[in-house]
Amino acid sequence: MDLRIFEGSGKSPGEACSCGSRGGAGSRPGMTRRSFLRASVGAAGGMAAFAAAISPLRELEAGDVPNLDAFLQKHYKEMTEEEMEAALARIRERVEQRYHVRPEIRDIKPMDGVEFVYALNLSRCIGCRKCVHACVAENNQSRDPEIQYIRVIEMPRGTTDIEQGDHHYDRPRVPDENHYYMPVQCHQCANPPCTKVCPVEATWTEPDGITVVDYDWCIGCRYCEAACPYWARRFNFTEPRLASPEEIAKDPEIESKRLNPNMSYLSNRPRPKGVMEKCHFCLHRTREGRMPACLEVCPVGARKFGNVLDPESDVSNILRTKRVFVLKAELGTLPRFFYYFDERDPSAEDLPAMKHGGRTAPAGDENGGAS
Amino acid sequence: MREYARFLVRCFRLSFVGDWKYYTWMFFLTCISLIGLNAYCKQFVHGLATTGMTDQVSWGLYIANFTYLVGIAAAAVMLVIPAYIYKNKDLHDVVIFGELLAVAVIIMCLLFVTVDLGRPDRFIHLFERFNFPLSMLTWDVIVLNGYLLLNAHITGYLIYSAYRKREPNKRLFLIPFVLIAIVWAVSIHTVTAFLYSGLGGRPFWNHAIIAPRFIASAFAAGPAFIILTLQVIDRFTNHDVPRGVFHLLRQIVTVAMTINVFLLISEMFTEFYTGTGHSFSTHYLYFGIGEHRALVPWIWTAIVLNTIALILLYLPHKNRGIWILNTACVMLIVGIWIEKGMGLIIPAFVPTPLGEIVEYIPTVNEILVCGGIWAFGLLLYTIMVRITVPVLSGELTADTLHPSELNTVRQHTV
Repeated sequence: MDLRIFEGSGKSPGEACSCGSRGGAGSRPGMTRRSFLRASVGAAGGMAAFAAAISPLRELEAGDVPNLDAFLQKHYKEMTEEEMEAALARIRERVEQRYHVRPEIRDIKPMDGVEFVYALNLSRCIGCRKCVHACVAENNQSRDPEIQYIRVIEMPRGTTDIEQGDHHYDRPRVPDENHYYMPVQCHQCANPPCTKVCPVEATWTEPDGITVVDYDWCIGCRYCEAACPYWARRFNFTEPRLASPEEIAKDPEIESKRLNPNMSYLSNRPRPKGVMEKCHFCLHRTREGRMPACLEVCPVGARKFGNVLDPESDVSNILRTKRVFVLKAELGTLPRFFYYFDERDPSAEDLPAMKHGGRTAPAGDENGGAS
Repeated sequence: MREYARFLVRCFRLSFVGDWKYYTWMFFLTCISLIGLNAYCKQFVHGLATTGMTDQVSWGLYIANFTYLVGIAAAAVMLVIPAYIYKNKDLHDVVIFGELLAVAVIIMCLLFVTVDLGRPDRFIHLFERFNFPLSMLTWDVIVLNGYLLLNAHITGYLIYSAYRKREPNKRLFLIPFVLIAIVWAVSIHTVTAFLYSGLGGRPFWNHAIIAPRFIASAFAAGPAFIILTLQVIDRFTNHDVPRGVFHLLRQIVTVAMTINVFLLISEMFTEFYTGTGHSFSTHYLYFGIGEHRALVPWIWTAIVLNTIALILLYLPHKNRGIWILNTACVMLIVGIWIEKGMGLIIPAFVPTPLGEIVEYIPTVNEILVCGGIWAFGLLLYTIMVRITVPVLSGELTADTLHPSELNTVRQHTV
């Protein structure tokens, strides 16, 4: 429908434009020179201002903008083997480009019949923070600014209330005799509040009990970080920075920033800017029978790790025989990270009392422990 | 369809036409928007490190503004209910401006969420793996976009009907949508409150009063905002706003604010009288912890503003009533913005769940981005009003020309 409003006008009002910027002066007979000038100056000024406003985008590097393949990459759980291979190849290429190292990267699947559990002996921990740094070296966290998964809290004796702890203790020697030390990292909850809130399912719990993040799927809303009651998640507020071997050759002081080339998709591959990350029980090691880096480095053997489904494992034994506790049990998160003190539970195991659920029983009662 | 395209073209052109006041205002808003865009581009390149947020305080001004604005959008329902349910004649004339405000404000909300994302380039993932119904954020995505569509439909339909001089088909295309929008308005703010109150690890948020308080404060700040907006429309356009509207809105603001203050007192009593460890954040907010007192001046400013505003609202308004009302409204808008923005979001992160105290100070870049979004929202709203007023008054319809168009056509025909 083309309504003509003024008889004889010959053009619909829609075409009599006084404000557009399109077309030359000749193409708009109805436009005066003045209104045309005004409109084009306005439009040009607007365009220039807009261009100036978005000018910071010129600083974007080639690697910052995902190419089409990366953009179309599927969620971890939906990728076929070939698609995963392609994704790994892209990561390899990118790491090589940035750090001039050929990484050993794989996608390591969970083992059957395994559920990992961590136990930490608070009587032994001396607060040396070696675990904190071993973790950073192993898992390729950004070094500048440095991201750490483990936070060691110095606690005054006489309380387990972490609000009273000191996060930034700085002593020439540890341990201090008036304090004990409580390392906190991801508790790999069996009822995790963090995965529940993720709007895009970029974080989930694997069959072996490890909560992981697909760094290529996370949209960076940080809702999981708000939901975590253990402050276990870390966000890449800027492009993570590590050192390449050449940089280290030039400046040996930055050795501690060296990239660990042994990596896996769900754990320690370098992360992009703007995504969440967290402790993953070093799954690229533990899923192949090795121990997490934090445990290996611990000088006092305060850290125990293993398969809770295996009754012979260290952790199963600890859960059976020690008085263990979890942080914030009242929140119902069911952590797979347990704390305990060295004192042996007198009612435990070989002592007959245990067989009666803690009630004392005459020694030598052989029948009481059937259940 | 062609007629509709023509309508859009004419609307687009009309948005560039006005007197010098209009140009100045639009020029000003455009400048602020572009400065905000510039700041956002910097953030896009360098990451969220350009903001004051940290792993300890991982949400800041963006989410604070988002929360506040969801309330303003929801408050449009306070015009809709009297107009459509109670058939209030006065409000029927202006209800569309409330709905338009909801449209503009929801767009601002969506922008605030987008600028808060670390990877906005991946928003498409929402369509591929949508964690519904588990994640409250997915609920929020649905209700906010739904509310936007509902209001865009209602206002668009009314305006286009007026443009074509057709009687709107109320039974089919209007009333059902209006009724849904009423419930939906409450839902957007409830869901946004649940976003916070559902987190067990944050005692400051994890209580049932958050949602009711959200609604109460929104229904105070929103109508206060609308009172001021309608006066601007009354003054600068030829659309007359009946006086009765302000009277009714004032009552709504007064009641909502009273409820809000009551809920606030209940909350403070529970936190401070029992004095459990759960009240650390509240303590930080109102009194500071040690030397960490960043929010203390803010929240007390808010309390003073809200208290004075409430007293002003209860004063008898015989003479100069409108100015007392306006002062109260400005105070409420600012007071609730502080209380619900900074006062509700930041303290939940201080101390962290592990007891560490890290304060949050927004950066200049972050503030510029926020300013840009506010300016852009006002820009959108101004354009909407600019178009709506002549269409509703019959100045701009399918077969009449708007005065601003007469000039060009006359030149053309002569």
